[in-house]
Amino acid sequence: MMRIFALGALLGAGTVQADVAVKSITSPGGLSAWILEEPAIPFTALNLMFSGGAALDPPDKRGAAFLMTGLLEEGAGDLDSQAFAAEIEALSASFSFDVSDDTLSISARFLTENRTETLALLKTALIQPRFDPDAIERVRQQVLSILATKAQDPTDTAQRVWTEQAFGDHAYGTSYQGTESSIAALTPADFLAAHQKLLVRDTLSISAAGDITAEDLGPILDDLLGDLPAGSALETTPLQLDIPTGLTVVDMSTPQSVAIFGHAGIDRNHPDFFAAFILNTILGGQGIESRLTAEVREKRGLTYGISTVLISKDQANVMLGQVASANDRINAAIEVIRDEWRKLARDGVTAEELQAAQTYLTGAYPLRFDGNSQISRILVGMQRVGLGLDYINTRNAKINAVTLSEINRVAAQLLKPEALNFVVAGQPTGLKEE
Amino acid sequence: MFNRLFAILCLCVPLEALAQGKTTDFILDNGMQVVVIEDHRAPVVVHMVWYKVGSADEPSGKSGIAHFLEHLMFKKTKNLQAGELADTVAANGGSHNAFTSLDYTGYYQRVAADRLELMMQMESDRMTGLQLSPDDIAVERNVVIEERNQRTESAPGALFKEHLNAALFLNHPYGVPIVGWMHELEELNYDDAMAFYKQHYAPNNAILVVAGDVTPDDVKTLAERYYGVLPANRAITPRARRQEPPHRAARRVIFHDERVAQPFFTRTYLAPERNSGNQRGAAALVYLAQILGGSSATSVLGRTLQYDTKQAIYTSAQYRPMALDPSTFSLVAVPASDVSLQQIEDALEATIANFMADGIDIELFERIKSQFRASEIYAMDNVSGIAQRYGAALTQGLTVADVQAWPQILQEITPEEVMTLAGQLFDEKASVTGWLMGPKEQAQ
Repeated sequence: MMRIFALGALLGAGTVQADVAVKSITSPGGLSAWILEEPAIPFTALNLMFSGGAALDPPDKRGAAFLMTGLLEEGAGDLDSQAFAAEIEALSASFSFDVSDDTLSISARFLTENRTETLALLKTALIQPRFDPDAIERVRQQVLSILATKAQDPTDTAQRVWTEQAFGDHAYGTSYQGTESSIAALTPADFLAAHQKLLVRDTLSISAAGDITAEDLGPILDDLLGDLPAGSALETTPLQLDIPTGLTVVDMSTPQSVAIFGHAGIDRNHPDFFAAFILNTILGGQGIESRLTAEVREKRGLTYGISTVLISKDQANVMLGQVASANDRINAAIEVIRDEWRKLARDGVTAEELQAAQTYLTGAYPLRFDGNSQISRILVGMQRVGLGLDYINTRNAKINAVTLSEINRVAAQLLKPEALNFVVAGQPTGLKEE
Repeated sequence: MFNRLFAILCLCVPLEALAQGKTTDFILDNGMQVVVIEDHRAPVVVHMVWYKVGSADEPSGKSGIAHFLEHLMFKKTKNLQAGELADTVAANGGSHNAFTSLDYTGYYQRVAADRLELMMQMESDRMTGLQLSPDDIAVERNVVIEERNQRTESAPGALFKEHLNAALFLNHPYGVPIVGWMHELEELNYDDAMAFYKQHYAPNNAILVVAGDVTPDDVKTLAERYYGVLPANRAITPRARRQEPPHRAARRVIFHDERVAQPFFTRTYLAPERNSGNQRGAAALVYLAQILGGSSATSVLGRTLQYDTKQAIYTSAQYRPMALDPSTFSLVAVPASDVSLQQIEDALEATIANFMADGIDIELFERIKSQFRASEIYAMDNVSGIAQRYGAALTQGLTVADVQAWPQILQEITPEEVMTLAGQLFDEKASVTGWLMGPKEQAQ
């Protein structure tokens, strides 16, 4: 009932031409990219995403990719850190460089008038980073301060312990931001190695949205990215997960406890993924009032917020939840969570719940495509996980195709109340460690 | 490099036409003000109702009631069951939320443009038709207590900020936290909520902002149908809060908390805000904040303390230009591990003193000016953000004309004006200095 507008029209520039919106192009040099031409506002959003991120840090060099990525905006070519920053300001452009375990992402935003100069500057950051000693020390001190603060934060602490228990020695088991000792030991050679490993053409996804044409984009990309080494496509193997089951308390002096809980999840390429995605929306997702929000927050007032999420990493999938309650109420919240997990695994969802979730998810999807920056970000992410252009128009049909018997079969398979692992940071009362 | 600077000087996009051509405003017969912002790129609409009431309008001893009422506004109303508004928005694929500030309380939904009428129907229903039950109070009060636990009690930096505000404002209610003091929050009841609701929620105390794929005529027809029929509350008068007396002594807050891993220094001054027809002083302070602490690499504090002396690992200057009553301007410095809070305080004071003597680096000033101009272009990509500008301005004493004049005022400000405002701002007697640090026994 919500499919009142064609998605194509939504993506268009308010024109009657409905389904031309996003195009796929290949540059003269062979780079492929997606583009939305939207000339109404004189600027362009450009997104680059490399597959392969901080999880490729050598085991004793955790944090190398994170610091390297931060240093990309700390001077390049002839410009030191301050001169580089002044150039970005003079162009009224913005660059952001981000790394996660599986990706390195760059987003740039620039005015049409300054396009050539901005892209030339971005190119120096990609090809000729300086890794100056004083920049390294400055960034290192900032990271050490961030790590020290996070160590005192109950949410960060609970997440850290949960991931350690879940992923053990794999890179996923430690923070991509490194540890005090790993950060202290990193050298310029480590950053050069991380740079050479991660910024390679063959793992790259590219998108642009805004005041730029498909004809112009190809040569621009060749000039911007043609000098990067080719590299080779990233190959990943799924981890054999052995997540413990139980409840761990990490003692922290705070009036409110934070609990992180979860178990194994599901790959986004799995045929049951859409059923699982809807299931998570009903259990603890955002947008509609989830069962956990209804039971833990609305009926009992035990928390300000509770949520669950399906996390699909390149090598592992988990289903993770989070809740925060006063130290003397967290045990009640955890009891309700276990109950809801059990009930949903056993009885499944109702036809009404399924339909409400489908209606919400299919209605909300087109509303995501809002603004050049947001659209470009979505497009690069779709390419990176291997979705085709047609996904934009077929995704809602996949949501609607999930049946009650299918979602309830998946509920019984995916949700394992006995396998839930809880990590609680705080000073909870009435909780037993398991 | 010089070519690029030159390119900036030639950036002569007609901002007025871009930003203003699509905005329409009018007032309903019952006094409700309406702003319509057109953006036809996508068939989406943002529907917002902003009330001219915030935490600074609470009765003494009832801190947190404005925010608590915001939560309770999702309960039963004359025509809606508890939670029905949220469920209806979700069933239409939309998103929604609400927010409470010192000066305003707002509610919004973002939906497909043809669902606007349904949103107005529900939002107008709860403007005067809230029907709370005692059960709502008990459960939702616990939710709000957990919200305070999560955002404030669990975050020493947030507790520190509460103390700084309380110390800065000697008399004005801006010194009271929006979420409320815990001991008062725990006692809020049904009568408090309903009294506050009846006193402040009415069309003549509200602003409707509709932004997206709509026309002003259609919005007007719907607004008259749903909001126009609600009676004005004649008891509502313009807000007049307790104001600050002259500040005669600098204040100092030394905050110890065992959870603090990274100490920092901050100083906050009372600062003038944007006033209707008189926004230049605030515009000059917007520049001052950028010049002193906008970019770590190029601002005065960043350049001096992070790059030259390396005494700080982070610096910033923060100024909030929009407020109904006088606002604040803050300087922040996070010291390097071998630098004490006293040393960073001294270094920051010396840096400001040198700035006052040396004046403004004109290249920096020009770059900031061009960034303000560009930010108006980037802002058009997000129509929700434009809608927020109008809602925040109109609930904080400004007019549509003031909002539209602001980008041009920013382009007209001179370095001399910035230095004049800086000279007036840095009056230590109207300031509070804060040190956030770890447990006392470990402090230096």
